[in-house]
Amino acid sequence: MMNKPKEMNELLLILIFSAVVLTMPIWLSPLGAAYPDLLQKFAIFGVFAIGYNILFGLTGYLSFGHAAFLGVGSYTAVWSFKLLSMNVLPAVMFSVVLAGLFAAVIGFVSLRRSGIYFSILTLAFAQMSYNLAYSVLTPITNGETGLQLAKEDPRILDSAVVDGLPSTNFFGIELQGFSGFYFCAAFLILGFIIALRIFRSPFGLKLRAIKTNQTRMRYTGFSTRPYLLTAFVISGMYAGLAGALMACTDPLAGAERMQWTASGEVVLMTILGGVGTLFGPLLGVGIIKYFENIFSAINEQALHAIFDFLPTWLEEFMVLITHPFVGEGWHLTLGLLFMLTVAFLPGGVMEGIDYIKKKMSSKDTDETEGTSTTKTAEEGSSS
Amino acid sequence: MFLYRNQNKNKCRDMDTILLQLLNGLDKGGAYALIALGLTLVFGTLGVVNFAHGALFMLGAFCAVSFNKLLTLSKKVKDESITFFDAYKEQPYLEIWLGDTGTTIIDWSVPLSILIAIPVMLLIGLAMERGLIRHFYKRSHAEQILFTFGLAIVLQEIVKSVFGANPIPTPAPDIVSGSANLGAALGLGDNLVYPWWRLIYLMFSAVIIAGVFAFLKLTTFGMVVRAGIHDKETVGLLGINIERRFTIVFGLAAVVSGLAGVMYVPVLPPDYHLGMDFLVLSFVVVVVGGMGSLEGAVAAGFLLGILQSFCSLNEIKAIIPGIDQIIIYLVAVVILLVKPRGLMGKKGVMED
Repeated sequence: MMNKPKEMNELLLILIFSAVVLTMPIWLSPLGAAYPDLLQKFAIFGVFAIGYNILFGLTGYLSFGHAAFLGVGSYTAVWSFKLLSMNVLPAVMFSVVLAGLFAAVIGFVSLRRSGIYFSILTLAFAQMSYNLAYSVLTPITNGETGLQLAKEDPRILDSAVVDGLPSTNFFGIELQGFSGFYFCAAFLILGFIIALRIFRSPFGLKLRAIKTNQTRMRYTGFSTRPYLLTAFVISGMYAGLAGALMACTDPLAGAERMQWTASGEVVLMTILGGVGTLFGPLLGVGIIKYFENIFSAINEQALHAIFDFLPTWLEEFMVLITHPFVGEGWHLTLGLLFMLTVAFLPGGVMEGIDYIKKKMSSKDTDETEGTSTTKTAEEGSSS
Repeated sequence: MFLYRNQNKNKCRDMDTILLQLLNGLDKGGAYALIALGLTLVFGTLGVVNFAHGALFMLGAFCAVSFNKLLTLSKKVKDESITFFDAYKEQPYLEIWLGDTGTTIIDWSVPLSILIAIPVMLLIGLAMERGLIRHFYKRSHAEQILFTFGLAIVLQEIVKSVFGANPIPTPAPDIVSGSANLGAALGLGDNLVYPWWRLIYLMFSAVIIAGVFAFLKLTTFGMVVRAGIHDKETVGLLGINIERRFTIVFGLAAVVSGLAGVMYVPVLPPDYHLGMDFLVLSFVVVVVGGMGSLEGAVAAGFLLGILQSFCSLNEIKAIIPGIDQIIIYLVAVVILLVKPRGLMGKKGVMED
C-alpha cells in the first residue's frame, strides 16, 4: 500500500508546476538567482533534462549522444535566423523537426544494440557529428568560430535594414532578459506536460517494462524496438528544442555544444536529481546550475569573508582546504558530488527525499514496515 | 627515356607515401593498442567498464611532466657570459651539483620517468581498485560507467588545478628529437624521413604488448588469471584468492596505460583533458576488437590506427571529404552492427 504513491491530480500538478516556474523570478531572488541569464539556463537545461529522462529514466538506455541533437537544434535555429526571419517560432519548429529526424536516423542504428554497446554507439555518433562540425561541415557550421548572425544575411521574411545586428523576437517582443526567460519557461511547461502525459500513459508503462525486463517484454509479444525508437526520437526532439532555445536567447552556435562531455552534463543532472522521476531531472538542473553559478563566483577573498568568524589560524586552514573546490575548481566539486550520488544514492535527490519521508512516517507508525519499504525501493532502483 | 624515369620517380614517391602512412598508422595504433589493452584487461578480469581509464593515460603523461619539472628545479645564478651588467639566469640544481651529468639526466628525463611512472601508476591503480572500483562489481554496467565517468572528471580537475589548463611541452632526448632517414637505410631514396621518437614509441609499444602477453601466457600467475577470466568461481573453489590477483591485474593495466602516456608526452604535449580525448577512441578500439579479447584489442588498435592514417591521405580525402575524422567511429558502428562480438570477441562475453 505504501509502495504505490498516490498520483496527484494531473491538472492540479500542471497548475502548481506552472505557478512555480513562472514565479521563479520572485521566489529565487532571496537566493540571489533571479537574474534572467540564470533563469533562462534553468529553463533550457530543464527542457533538455526532461527529454533525456524520457529515454534514460524510463527505458534505462544510457545515451552519450544527446549533445549532438542539441547542437543540431542550435545550428538549425541560427540558420533559420539567418535565412528566414528573426522570429523565433519558425526557428524552434525547424530545430525540433530536424533534431527529431536526426535522432530517428541515429536511434534506428544505435537501438539495434543495448547496454554498454548502445552507449558506445551513441558516443561514436556524437563524436562523428562533433568532428564533422569542426572540419568538413565548416560551410554549414562555421567550424571553430561558431555560427553567428551577420548583417548581410538574406532573412527573406524580414530583411528590414537595422543598425547593427538584429535581435531575436517573438512577434515583435524582443527575447532579451525576462521575456527570454518567459519564452523558455513556456516551453518548459509544455515539455513538462508532455512528459507527464508520457509518464502516465500505457506507452510510458511499456517503456518502463523495457527497463525492468526486456526479454520478458518480448515474450509477451511486444516488439520493443518501435517503442524504444519513439522514446529516443522524442528525447532527441526535446534536446533539439533546448538547442533552439539556446540559440533564441543567444543567437550563436558552436561545435563544442556537440562534444560528448556535453552529453555527460545532462547525464549528471538527471542522475543527481533522480532518474526516472518526473521532478528529479529538474531538481538536478536547478542544483547544478545554481551551484555552478554560486561556486564559480567564489574566490579567495570571498572565502576569507565566509570564514571570518573563526580564529585566524583556523580561517587560513579552512580557506586552504576549501579553495580547490570553488571558483575554477567547481567541476571538481561536481565530479565528487556525482561520484557520491552514484555510489550512495543511485536514485538521486528524489530518492533521498523519499527516504527521509519514509523515515519520518515510519517513526509515527511502525518501525519495521518503514525499513522494509525503503529496502524494496532500493532494490527497485538498483536493478 | 626521360618520361620513363619521371614515371619511375612518381611511383617511388607513392611508395614512400604509403610507407610513411603505414608508419604513422602503426605508431598511432601503438598508443591505441596500449590503452585498449589495459581497458580490456580490466574488463575481462573484473568485469568493470572503466571510463576512468583514459585518465590513467593522462596521469602517466603527467608523471613524465612532473618528473621533468622536479629535475629542472632551479635557482637563479649569475650569468657569467654577460659582463656589462649583473644578469641572472635559471640553472637547475642538478646541473649545479653534477655538472654535465646533470644536463644529460635532464635531457633524458622522459625515458627516465618510466622508472618513476611504474611504481606510481601501480600504486594509483591498486588504490583505485581497492578504494573505489571494488564496490561496484555487483552494480549494473550503467552505474559503473557513471561512477568511473565521475572519477575521470575528478582526476582531470585535480590535474588541471595542479598543472593548469595549458598543454605542457616536454621534449624528447636531444639525440632522438630529430628525424631518421629511413629511406636511405632501406635504400628507397632520401625522401622518406620519420621522427626518431615516433619510431621509438612504436618499438616501445611492441615491447610492452609482448611483455603483457608473455606475462599472461607464460607465467603461472598469468595462467591463473586467464583461468579466472574464463571461470572465476571454479578458480576460487580451487583455493586461489582470485580477487587479489585481479587487483594486481588492475594495477598492471594502470601501469600499461600510464607508460603509454609517459612515452606519448614528446609526441603530444599533454593537457588535462587528454584522457577524455583518448577514452572514446580506446573504447571504440575495444569494441571493434571484441570485448574481453586481448588479441582483439591489440589488433584493432593497430588496424584502426593504420586505417585512420591512410584516410588522412589527400587523395582519399578528395573522394570522401572528412573521412579521416570519422573513419574510426564509422568502422565501429559497422562492426557493432554486423559483427556484434567484434573482430575476436569470445562467445558469452558481454552479449546483449
